[in-house]
Amino acid sequence: MSILIDKNTKIITQGITGATGLFHAQGCRDYCNTQMVGGVTPGKGGGEIDGFPIFDTVEEAVEKTGANVSVIYVPPIGSADAIMEAVDAGLDLVICITEGVPVLDMVKVKKYMEGKKTRLIGPNCPGVITPGQCKIGIMPGYIHKPGPVGVVSRSGTLTYEAVWQLTSRDIGQTTCVGIGGDPVNGTSHLDTLRMFEEDPDTKAVIMIGEIGGDAEEKAAEFVRDHMTKPVAAFIAGATAPPGKRMGHAGAIISGGKGDAASKKAFLRECGISVADSPAEMAEALLKIWKP
Amino acid sequence: MNIHEYQAKAILRNFGVPVPEGHVVYNSNSARDWAKRLGDGPWAVKAQIHAGGRGKGGGVKIAKTPDEVKQFTRDMIGMTLVTHQTGPEGKLVKRVLVESGCNIADEFYVSFLVDRATSKVTLMASAEGGMDIEEVAANTPEKIFFEAIDPTVGMTAFQARKVAFKLGFAPAQVKQAVPLLKNLYTAFVEADCSLLEINPLVLTADGQLLCLDAKLNFDDNALFRHLRIRDLRDYDEEDMMEIEASQYDLSYIALDGNIGCMVNGAGLAMATMDIIQHYGASPANFLDVGGGATIERVTEAFKIILSDEKVEGILVNIFGGIMKCDVIATGVVEAAKQVGVKVPLVVRLEGTNVDLGKQILAESGLDIVSADGMADAAEKIVKAVKG
Repeated sequence: MSILIDKNTKIITQGITGATGLFHAQGCRDYCNTQMVGGVTPGKGGGEIDGFPIFDTVEEAVEKTGANVSVIYVPPIGSADAIMEAVDAGLDLVICITEGVPVLDMVKVKKYMEGKKTRLIGPNCPGVITPGQCKIGIMPGYIHKPGPVGVVSRSGTLTYEAVWQLTSRDIGQTTCVGIGGDPVNGTSHLDTLRMFEEDPDTKAVIMIGEIGGDAEEKAAEFVRDHMTKPVAAFIAGATAPPGKRMGHAGAIISGGKGDAASKKAFLRECGISVADSPAEMAEALLKIWKP
Repeated sequence: MNIHEYQAKAILRNFGVPVPEGHVVYNSNSARDWAKRLGDGPWAVKAQIHAGGRGKGGGVKIAKTPDEVKQFTRDMIGMTLVTHQTGPEGKLVKRVLVESGCNIADEFYVSFLVDRATSKVTLMASAEGGMDIEEVAANTPEKIFFEAIDPTVGMTAFQARKVAFKLGFAPAQVKQAVPLLKNLYTAFVEADCSLLEINPLVLTADGQLLCLDAKLNFDDNALFRHLRIRDLRDYDEEDMMEIEASQYDLSYIALDGNIGCMVNGAGLAMATMDIIQHYGASPANFLDVGGGATIERVTEAFKIILSDEKVEGILVNIFGGIMKCDVIATGVVEAAKQVGVKVPLVVRLEGTNVDLGKQILAESGLDIVSADGMADAAEKIVKAVKG
């Protein structure tokens, strides 16, 4: 078991004829035979690229391939439209990798998605991987290993760091979810923790947060009130000055809210094992859980 | 991206929002001329820098005669204005806004921003105008009113009325507030703002609502569809090194410490700064070289880090995913040779082709300390710098 994706997941790539889209579609196909069943590029339907059939619309791609998930590499100017097209086609899950999507486009997308069944991960995220079964996104597959720990994070390379700390200690992962660094995104830390709590194979969770907003605090309340599984966490940005954007649009301390110290303190109050150093994320989990 | 107050007011005026008549000037003679053209005094003379709290630092003056306008402008242009938002180094004033003054009967606060929790644009308003809203939020949060706005229908009249009545407006002002708030929302959305703040929104002695100050911040990700707004970027207001870095797609922010950092990925870059502090030193910068770092970009990153005289050591922390460690190692070696790194350099590589990467570093003949893991890397650089 796992969350969101597994070996039966069938994926189409929106923006497959772009260099990035094709490169990662190939990379995902090479990982444990992930079922990358085709791609969408409007105007190039009927063609083929490196064995991937191309379709003009998501609707057609779904009809012909039976895909239930889409991954988006479409540039920012068309990302919101691409997400809505995937939602309209009734996919279960849409993962938007694209960085730089305007925030107000995402506000419209979120409204459009109300009442629809599709779940969105991202934008501005590395993607989702269920080790040994299915990789969707830009993460390096080989650092992962199947096992019992769920990982959720806003950041890409910091997630790799956490995963690597686990894998080096011979601890595998159920699913690793990169929810993205933007202020308005599809799936929150809280949503992901809920899924990990319901997944019988996930025995423990590492949650990686950042300064800015209060998404980590909301997730921590869920851990305190409803979660039966141990959770460890790290919050990046203890040294970030207020009012400065640290790369991610979401990672900004404003109005005295969202700083690392208060986040860490609150997470600890909620029973989460918080690592003070990013080198100790796996250690923080092992303090409260034995594999 | 931020713009100046006078530019924000010009944009708002185009959306039908009431703002005072005024003009930006670059010298004192021109200031006096514009004061006369604007009609009778008094006039407000306002230093234009990208920071709030200007009044307390002497950046906002009320002039009674055109000669006073000239005098105040002369005082302001060329002065270094220090406010609680500029930092102790302050900002050099190069432009001044001369505006018609007004008689203020009451002051209010109005802003729009994107609320992450609801994923909606939210109107925030308070009768405590002219004050720092963060203070109001901390001390009397019940005095701030919120309205989340549905993106499909936009700001509705009833929402504007609700807020206007809560602010204590008389019926005549509620009537003015409805189009004013609706127009502010339209401006926010049409210009892809990340923040639109009117503080204060004033009620004049003759019963008119007027936006006496205006602050607009824009979503950098949306500037591709707002070329005119993008042209308003004032490079004088930004850190030289940050501008230089952005030309090479490097995300760089200068900080106060003495250990320069070069990292791939924003989250890992923040975490690297944190671990330096964890081991008792301070980072000199945030620097994300991104996912597709080339030798050229790594070289530029080194140049930028080393141009900061405070830097006494450099920590390179790369988790290669798509980016291969041997490519990064070659870049680091090339860059170090070109730039001539004279401070301790600790490199931590992990990920794809890590062994090859470490071998390249070891065989380079350069004085590069290799580290295993983030903790080891941080310990080594802190030790090297502190001695």
